[in-house]
Amino acid sequence: MAGKTLYDKLWEMHEVKRRDDGSSLIYIDRHILHEVTSPQAFAGLRLAKRKPWRIDSNIATPDHNVPTTKSERAGGIDAIIDKVSRIQVQTLDDNCDEYGILQFKMNDVRQGIVHVIGPEQGATLPGMTVVCGDSHTSTHGAFGALAHGIGTSEVEHVLATQCLVAKKMKNMQVRVEGQVPAGVTAKDIVLAVIGKIGTAGGNGHAVEFAGSAIRELSMEGRMTVCNMSIEAGARVGMVAVDQKTIDYVEGRPYSPKGADWHAAIESWKNLVSDADAHFDTIVEMRAEDIIPQVSWGTSPEMVLPVSANVPDPAQEADPVKRDSITRALKYMGLQANQAITDIKVDRVFIGSCTNSRIEDLRAAAEVARGRKVASNVIQAMVVPGSGLVKLQAEKEGLDKIFIDAGFEWREPGCSMCLAMNPDKLGSGEHCASTSNRNFEGRQGAGGRTHLVSPAMAAAAAVKGHFVDVRELLNEGA
Amino acid sequence: MKAFTQHQGLVAPLDRANVDTDQIIPKQFLKSIKRTGFGPNLFDEWRYLDEGQPDQDSSQRPINTEFVLNYPRYQGASVLLAQENFGCGSSREHAPWALEEYGFRAIIAPSFADIFYNNSFKNGLLPIVLTAAEVNELFAQAEATEGYQLTIDLAAQTVTRPDGVQYSFEVDAFRKHCLLNGLDDIGLTLQDAEQIREFEVGYKNANPWLFGAL
Ligand code: SF4
Repeated sequence: MAGKTLYDKLWEMHEVKRRDDGSSLIYIDRHILHEVTSPQAFAGLRLAKRKPWRIDSNIATPDHNVPTTKSERAGGIDAIIDKVSRIQVQTLDDNCDEYGILQFKMNDVRQGIVHVIGPEQGATLPGMTVVCGDSHTSTHGAFGALAHGIGTSEVEHVLATQCLVAKKMKNMQVRVEGQVPAGVTAKDIVLAVIGKIGTAGGNGHAVEFAGSAIRELSMEGRMTVCNMSIEAGARVGMVAVDQKTIDYVEGRPYSPKGADWHAAIESWKNLVSDADAHFDTIVEMRAEDIIPQVSWGTSPEMVLPVSANVPDPAQEADPVKRDSITRALKYMGLQANQAITDIKVDRVFIGSCTNSRIEDLRAAAEVARGRKVASNVIQAMVVPGSGLVKLQAEKEGLDKIFIDAGFEWREPGCSMCLAMNPDKLGSGEHCASTSNRNFEGRQGAGGRTHLVSPAMAAAAAVKGHFVDVRELLNEGA
Repeated sequence: MKAFTQHQGLVAPLDRANVDTDQIIPKQFLKSIKRTGFGPNLFDEWRYLDEGQPDQDSSQRPINTEFVLNYPRYQGASVLLAQENFGCGSSREHAPWALEEYGFRAIIAPSFADIFYNNSFKNGLLPIVLTAAEVNELFAQAEATEGYQLTIDLAAQTVTRPDGVQYSFEVDAFRKHCLLNGLDDIGLTLQDAEQIREFEVGYKNANPWLFGAL
């Protein structure tokens, strides 16, 4: 009999019951809540006169709607100018207070983006099932956890039953072997993977990222990769547990202590795919071939190496693809065959659950150090993923580097990743963004998003157009 | 969730294909914190002449009298007759919430978009697939006859016209069971509460660190 994949193991550990119709009840260890997708779930719970099943499995923080300027944050919830946002943030507070759910409130130093604070606090642990009403919950899979996004009805379902109804998915392995060139990051790896397999490539699969290039990544880098598995169509992305995972988790506020810790790491060592495990699909890539990536279109699969030219629809034989290239070029205001390095940027956004951790800020600061944001760039902002990331960055003096270079240094939140708060692109503006979605209007109506790594975003900020960051790194050396 | 067994109700015909969830409930209303309150904004862009805002009193807004749901004869309709691929687009559960709150209990169409179809069952709204020919007959009759009503029997899986003609429809046994008994997914899962609790005890013994106080 073939061995088991990491996903098989996680599934088996949590399967409460298999039902006659082929679906299963899966036990949920950690449920993370934010202000946008939880209010209706709490209201539903109340309406049905139900109580949360296990309060201590839940952790909450407001992130999507919170303002990121010091001045608007300073006045607390009452000072949030957008009334609808204010009500959502207030409602999360009220619900958490009523049920006794641990919440890092808006101005708590531990507040931040849901997918940043879980791991940071040790609230995300290897072997857990982690869910949240947000599709980028796949981020937590970097810890050898089974993590995915859910809808509002499911948020209520988890609150009420501590379980989800699910069907087992297929197993996919994405193997990246070798060593990435200097200046190439986790973001470039995952963008290259999406460029290769497409936005529907992972549909119906739980993806395990493996291979020496993935093992080589820090935990932050692995989170970046798992974060974007949803952009390849896979709700679940995972990396097996190794010593790096354990070292990262050790000593965090909510990670196990004492005897529990020793028992935990013993059991976590099993959270790897067996050597003879069967994967339904295997995708292989060479790390050496990956160079810094820039998305040019309106879907994350429309991504190319920075050295490339945007596609020419006339060269595309498939009429459906030709049509989508034409439409994307039009929306993005680009000419066929235009060099990516000729695309000027109007705004720069460094942040989001993909790239707002300390390592990301360090990489961007290294490029920004001693340089200035180009004059054609209207705004360049850095939005740390959490209050603790912000504090750490300030300790290292990164804030000063950014501010000296002409970047804005903001308070933590989702910010311009989805533009539900005042941080938005104007119509027609190009943005070098470290976020994860370049859909039409995602960062503001008519806005044009180019997905890049933090170092590439900083490089675009100082040059005023896209550029291979390695040129700057060499010049600085 | 409301159970659905039998239902007799007034039919409103919405003769458009590919009605997407953005049309059913436009995005500005998604900032709401409630699962309720979407009824007045169902088909907002079609029903009203002005642009709807989330916290507005819709009873004071200018009505588009040319939109079919605003015709006096369709007031109080509870069965929506629709065309192919109803409910396509975004996965927002606000769409069935809005339809249900407006007063619809069933939607009859030649086809539905997947996610909308699933979401409807979760919210006590019965989507019924009939053939295009049958749906067209119903459109003709509903438009020709004021006060046109249909009788829907979920147990028997039939739709009966006033003239006695009956159509049968397919529905997945599991979903039918849930809807007939008013079991939402949560209600159904809670039937296994004992088993979940037992699992939890064993699981906690094996992984005590997962139950640390937050
Ligand atoms: S940062 Fe962006 S992608 Fe991540 S949770 Fe917030 S809105 Fe979603």
